[in-house]
Amino acid sequence: MTEPGYGLSLKRLSLSIAGTQLFPPLTCRVAAGEVVAVTGPSGSGKSSLLLAIAGLLPRAFQMQGEISLNGRSLLEMAAEARRVGLIFQDPLLLPHLTVGQNLAFGLSREEYRSRDARRQRIEAALREIQLEGFADRDPTTLSGGQRARVALMRSLLAEPDAVLLDEPFVSLDPMLRRDMRLLLGQLLRARGLPALLVTHDQEDAEALANQTLSLICHS
Amino acid sequence: MRLILAGIISTLLLLPVAMGLLGVLLPAFGYLPVLGGEQVSLDVWRALLAEPGLLHASLLSLRTGLASTLLSLIFILLLLAGGETWLKRRLQALLSPLVAVPHIALAVGLAFLLMPSGWLARLGSPWLTGWARPLDWAFPNDGNGLALILGLVVKEVPFLLLVALAALPQIEAEKRLAMARSLGYRPATAWIKAVLPDLTRRLRLPVFAVIAYGVANVEMAIILGPSTPPTLAVLIVEWFQDPDLSRRFLGSAAALLLLSLVLLALLIWQLAAHGLAKVWLWLGAGGHRDLGERGLSLAALLVNGPLAALTLLALLSLLLWSFAGLWRFPEAFPAFSLDTWERHAKDLLASSLTTVTLALASSGLALTLSVLALEASSRDQRPPGRGSLLVLATPLLVPQIAFLFGVAVSAAESGLIGAWTTVLWGHLLFVLPYVYLALSGPYLGLDPRYAAMARSLGKSPLTILLKVKLPLLRRALLTAAAIGVAVSVALYLPTLLLGGGRVLTLASEAVTLSSGGDRRLLAATALAQAVIPLLALLLATWFGRTKLERRGMR
Repeated sequence: MTEPGYGLSLKRLSLSIAGTQLFPPLTCRVAAGEVVAVTGPSGSGKSSLLLAIAGLLPRAFQMQGEISLNGRSLLEMAAEARRVGLIFQDPLLLPHLTVGQNLAFGLSREEYRSRDARRQRIEAALREIQLEGFADRDPTTLSGGQRARVALMRSLLAEPDAVLLDEPFVSLDPMLRRDMRLLLGQLLRARGLPALLVTHDQEDAEALANQTLSLICHS
Repeated sequence: MRLILAGIISTLLLLPVAMGLLGVLLPAFGYLPVLGGEQVSLDVWRALLAEPGLLHASLLSLRTGLASTLLSLIFILLLLAGGETWLKRRLQALLSPLVAVPHIALAVGLAFLLMPSGWLARLGSPWLTGWARPLDWAFPNDGNGLALILGLVVKEVPFLLLVALAALPQIEAEKRLAMARSLGYRPATAWIKAVLPDLTRRLRLPVFAVIAYGVANVEMAIILGPSTPPTLAVLIVEWFQDPDLSRRFLGSAAALLLLSLVLLALLIWQLAAHGLAKVWLWLGAGGHRDLGERGLSLAALLVNGPLAALTLLALLSLLLWSFAGLWRFPEAFPAFSLDTWERHAKDLLASSLTTVTLALASSGLALTLSVLALEASSRDQRPPGRGSLLVLATPLLVPQIAFLFGVAVSAAESGLIGAWTTVLWGHLLFVLPYVYLALSGPYLGLDPRYAAMARSLGKSPLTILLKVKLPLLRRALLTAAAIGVAVSVALYLPTLLLGGGRVLTLASEAVTLSSGGDRRLLAATALAQAVIPLLALLLATWFGRTKLERRGMR
């Protein structure tokens, strides 16, 4: 049973651009360990909703309503202080870093001060995503599925309080998609994180989500 | 932050131009108390208009600037039009790095190649030409400025080609070409109709810079242009450096006349472009699928092939002359000698060192300012507007001689002339716009999701800049720095006027030597000047590659 106030809450949240509201005011709560699938037609504001929660909404947008995470309001917080992990459809691994260094990029410097502690944590993380021995590999030599796993783990290593996923499986073939869904489900459940998953794929929603939030364009 | 940076950059770029223009505006109307001019009048203009050869010099400047720009543009468009062929790709690969070769080095190389006793004449004599002695003709330095036009074309084709190649992906040229070809258009015709219009729009500013340089350049005109009378820009430099100080009034008025000529040239170009656009619309709407495919391809190879060969031979002739011992006409090759390098090693090293330190410092400063300004733009989510671009382009569009003399007068009055830092500031004025323009596309085009991802991992904006953006932009940063080095190494007038003869770079030494008789030393100086930017470009290309690319795995 989750403590009241824990999880991600949206209260009458709406986004508009150039005076046009993207979707009706949205109220919902994603409890810890719960996944909510966000669906809707293209242009309905799904990705913008995730950016708004992460604190990365472009200036051209206007936002109204409340966003809170584990009882604290996120509205006045800088993006880097929100502890909200964001995963895009492209893994966005940094090509100038090795796989291990990409993962270390997610680690908190304060928590993992020593080189040894960082290395041990990276090795454990690589085991968790079945990529043992890949620490020194160049990320551009990985397959699409491997890259997606590294990106997911990098985000989790930052120890976020919530995870936002913007069509993370869209570039994967059906087999890899199924594997990634399983892995994602395991990792999120193990950490008890609330997650919003933007997807066009009904199978993704059915396999992972506890509930579905449908965004319908105002226009 | 953004406003502060905009202020710093505007001050750096606009203030000297404004100050310099004011510094020639007042003397142009007779006011320069230091030289006894205390009353504003039109006497200077009357004297200028009475100057023999003024009209000829002005028309020569206008003609050489416009003709060289038009030819350069036609040459690169021919090369880019239509599908890629093996030969075209090779030509593009060959021409692109030549952008780094300084104007002066190229002009000296061309002079060595084309003069009556030049390498080209030697290679064909006497077996082909029958010449046992050099002919008595004036080329280069011909009265019509043909050698100057040729020199400018050889220099500007690689520049415009590089700018165009960078612009093509931005307008999705390949997709447009594929679309037009799927509608039945032949490759070159498809390119002319679907790609060219947008490309010319993106080339407008670089073309304007090429026109301004063509009309108002000094160094190439001194080496390749006629001398009786020379182009207006060269005439102005002569007046400014005349021991008779009263000629400076004349120089100031002529500097304003040169500025008007540049504006006139830009106006003529714009009107012609407008007319051509109408023709294009008529052609585009006509639905012709083939506008002479074979002729266009053939023309591309016929003009660009010799152009690339000419450039390479010009550089090679610098090499030959710098290592030449005895070299009688019509011998095709000289006796090899290290004499020039050994005798002048100390001087060459000193001016090379000054050139390199100025180039590194100015491009380092320009890079830092550009990164800060672009980072501020990217954080504010506001790309630089037309005003910013105009500020950046100002030092490139206003003729150097039209404002640098005014700046030099102010620097002399405040005792700053001849200082290394004053020359550095003069270099920064021209290096900054090129570095900024080279970097702005890649910087603002960087996938914003990288920064978003890093922020969601809790990284600060500074960490994101240092650990995400700059490493991702390594190739673009190094290329921009190499461009900055190339621009600085090529600068002649800022060094001459702000250095006051005390800061000697390879550029200033080469121009001085070009009017003397020591061809071997001139060749060695020009060669050293050409090698530095080529080396910078080579290093930028090598270090810009990822580890895997360097190992040949990517």
